[in-house]
Amino acid sequence: MEYILKNGIVYDPANNIAGEKKDVMFKDGKIVENVSSDAKVLDVTDKIVMPAGVDPHAHVAGPKLVVGRLYRPEDSRKGVTHKTDVCRSESGFSIPSCPATGYRYSRMGYTTVTEAAMPPLEAKHTHEEITAIPNLDITPLPLFGNNWFVMQYAKEDKIEELAAFISAWLKLTKGYGIKIVNPCGTEAWGWGMNVHGIDDPAPHWDVTGREVLRALAQANEMLGLPHSIHVHPNDLGHPGNFPTTVNTLDCVKDIEKNSSVRDQTIHLTHAQFHSYAGTSWRDVESGADKVADYINKNKHVTCDIGQITLDETTTMTADGPMEFDLHQLNGLKWANKDIELETGSGIVPFIYSGKAPVSSFQWAVGLELFLLIKDPWQLCLTTDHPHAGPFIRYPRIISWLMSAERRQEMMDNLEVRVWSYKRTGLGTLDREYDFNEIATITRASAARIYGYQDRGELTPGYNADIAVYDLNPNDIDPSKEPAAIEKAFGNAMYTIKNGEILVKDGEVVKVVPSHTLWTDVKGFEEQENAVMEKIMPTFRRFYTVKFENYKVHDHFAPNPIVTEVQAGK
Amino acid sequence: MAYEPPVTDYDEIVENCTCAFCGCNCDDLDYLVKDGHVVGVRHACRLGASKIMEDMDQRLMVPMIRDETGELQEVDWDTALDKAAELIAGAIRPIFYGWSETSIETMKHGIRLGELVGAVLDNQATICHGPSLQAVQNAGYPIATLGEVKNRADMIVYTGSNPMNSHPRHLGRYSTFPRGWFRQRGRFDRTLITMDPKYSDTAKMSDIWIGFEQNGDYGFYNAIRAALKGKKIDQDYVSGIPKEDIMELAEAMKNVQFGALYFGLGLTHTLSKQRNIDMAIEMLTDLNEYTKWVLTPMRGHFNVNGFNIFMAFEMGFPYGVDFCRGYQRYMNGETNTIDLLTRKECDVFMVIAADPGAHYPGGAVKHLAEIPVIQVDIHWGPSTEIADVVLPGSFVGVEAAGTSYRMDGVPIYMKKAIDKPETCRDDEWIMRELLERVQKIKDQEAAVASK
Repeated sequence: MEYILKNGIVYDPANNIAGEKKDVMFKDGKIVENVSSDAKVLDVTDKIVMPAGVDPHAHVAGPKLVVGRLYRPEDSRKGVTHKTDVCRSESGFSIPSCPATGYRYSRMGYTTVTEAAMPPLEAKHTHEEITAIPNLDITPLPLFGNNWFVMQYAKEDKIEELAAFISAWLKLTKGYGIKIVNPCGTEAWGWGMNVHGIDDPAPHWDVTGREVLRALAQANEMLGLPHSIHVHPNDLGHPGNFPTTVNTLDCVKDIEKNSSVRDQTIHLTHAQFHSYAGTSWRDVESGADKVADYINKNKHVTCDIGQITLDETTTMTADGPMEFDLHQLNGLKWANKDIELETGSGIVPFIYSGKAPVSSFQWAVGLELFLLIKDPWQLCLTTDHPHAGPFIRYPRIISWLMSAERRQEMMDNLEVRVWSYKRTGLGTLDREYDFNEIATITRASAARIYGYQDRGELTPGYNADIAVYDLNPNDIDPSKEPAAIEKAFGNAMYTIKNGEILVKDGEVVKVVPSHTLWTDVKGFEEQENAVMEKIMPTFRRFYTVKFENYKVHDHFAPNPIVTEVQAGK
Repeated sequence: MAYEPPVTDYDEIVENCTCAFCGCNCDDLDYLVKDGHVVGVRHACRLGASKIMEDMDQRLMVPMIRDETGELQEVDWDTALDKAAELIAGAIRPIFYGWSETSIETMKHGIRLGELVGAVLDNQATICHGPSLQAVQNAGYPIATLGEVKNRADMIVYTGSNPMNSHPRHLGRYSTFPRGWFRQRGRFDRTLITMDPKYSDTAKMSDIWIGFEQNGDYGFYNAIRAALKGKKIDQDYVSGIPKEDIMELAEAMKNVQFGALYFGLGLTHTLSKQRNIDMAIEMLTDLNEYTKWVLTPMRGHFNVNGFNIFMAFEMGFPYGVDFCRGYQRYMNGETNTIDLLTRKECDVFMVIAADPGAHYPGGAVKHLAEIPVIQVDIHWGPSTEIADVVLPGSFVGVEAAGTSYRMDGVPIYMKKAIDKPETCRDDEWIMRELLERVQKIKDQEAAVASK
C-alpha cells in the first residue's frame, strides 16, 4: 500500500529539515522517495509532521510494574475506560495496564519505548508484558550494575570475560544494552545498606561504583553495542549529589567509543534527580548548572531528564535503598523486590505537589536542565515514567518548554512554591524551545542515542513511523498558547507505524502486536562458551532456578527485531 | 513408611522439569519415563512426586455432558465445546474461576473470552491469599526472591504456615538448609523460628517455637512492633506470650543481618484476617530501620501467583475482576466468586483447574448445583459431580508446556515431558476453541440484530 502525506510542515532533525512544507511518502511500511499516482493521499496541509516518538527511558513492563499494580488498585481505578470496537478497556494513571500503555503512547504519536530495567532472572516476565502491550516496539535493558559476576569481573579487571558475560546474558535475556542502577548500592541494600558516592565499596565485594562503571563501559565498547552504558548514578535524590553525578560521567571519559551509530559512551538517565547541591533538604539548592555545564563541555555524554510533572505517581526504581528512604520520608506503603545475585528494586507511591517546596524545587531543576543544556542532541524528554510522573504528561512538559511565559505564570500564581525560583536559577531562564528542538528531544536524539538504524528519522528506507499533530506552526505562538500545544501533542492527528495508521484524530483506530528489540553479538561465541563453563558451578550453587529454565525462550519474544553486531567492530 | 526400592526400569530421563504442585515451583525435577508415563520422579517431595506419577488416577479422559436423567454421558469434542460455548454466550453473569493450576498461555485466551462475554475472572486467591493481597494494598509488599534468602538470610521465620507439610522442599531447597553464598554452613548459620499456635512439624525442627494463642496473631505482632519502637508493654502476657519473651525476640530480630518471614493461611484465615498481615508487614517495615527483612506469602498452587500477576498486567487488578460493564471492576466483597454465588447472581460457572465443589462453603456450592457448570480439569472431583459439561484438559508441566510464576514472582517455563492421553486436549487449546466458538455465536447474534 502506498501513501502520501501531503503538504505537511515537516520537522525531521536527523535530515536537517526544520519546518519545511513538503510531502512524506511511504510504501509497504517504509519511507520512500516516490510513490505512484495510485498512492492514497492523506491531506495534512499545514500540520506538523515528525518522525514518530521514541522514548529512551520508561518503566512500562516487568515485575516491579506488576507489584505496583497489585498493591495500588487506587491507581488502577483512576484510568478505567470502557472497551471499544478497537481497544480493550484501560486502567491506571501512573501505572497503566499493558493495553492502556500501548494505546496512550500511540495517541501521543510514539511508536518506540525503552523498558529501562529488566532483571535478568525475571526477564521472561518483562517479555510477557511486552507482548501484552500493543502498538509499541519495546527495547528492554537488562540490569547489570549490581550483578555478582559483574562485580567480580570489575574487581579483577577482567574486561574481556566481562564482555563475554554481557554478550551471553544479552542473548539469554533478549536484552538490548547495559543498564546500571546505583552501582554497588543496590547490592549493599541486600544488607539494608547503601553506598555513598562512586568510591564507596559494596560490602563484602570490596568493589566500587567507579570500578563497575568503568569495567562495564569498557566491555560495552569492546563489544561495540548499539547503545552505550545507560547509567542511573549513585545518590539519587540526595541533596548535594551533583559531584557524584559529574564524577560518574567523568570516570568513563577516557574510554574510547567503538560504534559509529551513536555519539556517546555514557547515557545519564533522569538527570534531574542527580543535580542537587546543598547538604540537606533544609539548604538544598540546584546543581543543574554544574551538571549542564559538564554536559555542554563533554560530547561523550547524553542524558534524559526525568521531569517532575506535579502528579500523584508511583515511584519505582531498581535503587532499593533510595525507595526505603523515600518511604521513611512520606510514610506511604513500601514495596521492595530483591532479585538474587542480580539486583533489587523498590516502589513507593508519591505525591509530587506544587504545594510542596521540595516538589516545586525538583520541578524547577528538571526544567533548568532542559534550558541549560545547549545541544538538543545530548538530551531527551522523559519523566522516568512513572517515577517522576506518568508519560501521558509529555505534552504538558513540551508546553512548558515552549513557553517562558507559562513557566513564569506558574511561579507567580503559586502553582509551584517559591523554592522553584529561590533555590534554582529557573526564574532567570527565558529560553523557549522551537518545534525543531522538540522534535529532536522527543524522537531524533533518542533514536541516535540507541543507535537505531530504522526509526527516528524520515529517511527513505526507514520504517514509516510518523506522527502528525494538528497544529499549524506558522499560525500559533506556543509561548502564548500552552494549552493548545499540550492538546495537540497529546492527541496525534495521525500515528503511523510501519506504514499502518494506528491513530486518527486522537483515537486509536488499529491495534498491532508489539516488537521486541534486542542485540545479538556475533563473533564472541568462543569467549562466551569459556565464560559460561567457568561460571556454571557458581550459577548452579547460588541461583534457585536451573540454568535450563533461566533463559528467555524464543516464544517469549514472538516478534523480535534483532540488531546484530560484530564484536569489536 | 515401608522401604521402596529405587525405580530402575525406565526408558529415558527428562531433566529439569518443573513441579506442578505448590508455589515452590521446584524446577530441578527429573522424570523417569517408561512407555509414555512418568514412573519415577527424582528430587521432588512426596506431594509433588505423587501428583506427577499418579496423574492417571481418577483421570478425566473424555468430554462429557450431563443428560436429562442427570448422568454424565460421553460425547465428542465438538458437541461438548459447542454446548459449553452456547452456555457461555447465553450467560448474563458468568464466572470463570480457577486458573491457578494451569498456564499463563491458557489465561491469555481466558481473559479474552471473559472480556467478550462480560464475565468475572477470579482465582483461588479469593479463598486463600486474598487477605494477603488486601494487606499488601494496605501496608506494602517488601519481598525478595527465594535465592536472596538462601544466600543471605541468618534468620527464617514461618508464621501461620507449616511448610514441612504443605511446601516440603521450601526449607530444604530455598530457605533454611541450603548453603548460600554468605551462609556457607547452611542450616548451622541460620536461626529458624516458627510462630504458630500449633506445634507443627515445622515447629518441631525449629530453634524457637512461639506458640501464641489462636487468633492472637494481631496482638502478638503489635506487641513486637511496640517493643521495636521502644514502648513499654503494659500487660504481662500478650496473646499468651510473656512480655519478656517478646522484648527478647524483638531484640533478636533487630540484630540479625538478613531476616525472612514467610506467612501462610494461619494468618489470612484467623480472626483479624488481612489485618494480621497488615501488622506483619508493618512490623517488617519497622525492622528495616535496623537491618534487612523481607517477607513472602506461602502461595499454595504453582500458578496462583501467576494469575494475580497476569491479571494485574492485563487489567490492573489481581483477582475478582468483573467485566460485566464492559470495563474492569475490582471490589472485594462485591466481585468475588463466593459473594456472587451466595447472592445467587451467577448464572453460568466455568471452573478451570480448580475444585470449588470441594473447597467452597455450602451456600456457594448449593447455588453451583442449581446453575450450569462447565469444568475444565484433569481429575474427577466433587466439582465433576455438579458439572454439566466436562472438558478434560492436560497436565501442565508434564503433558503440556506453559509459563508459571513462583511464590516470589520468578517466572518459569515448565516444559513438556510426555504426551497427553489421546482423548484429552491442552487447556490452552480448549480455551482458544471456546473463545472462537463464542465469538462466532456473538457475531451471528450481532448480524441478526442489525437486520
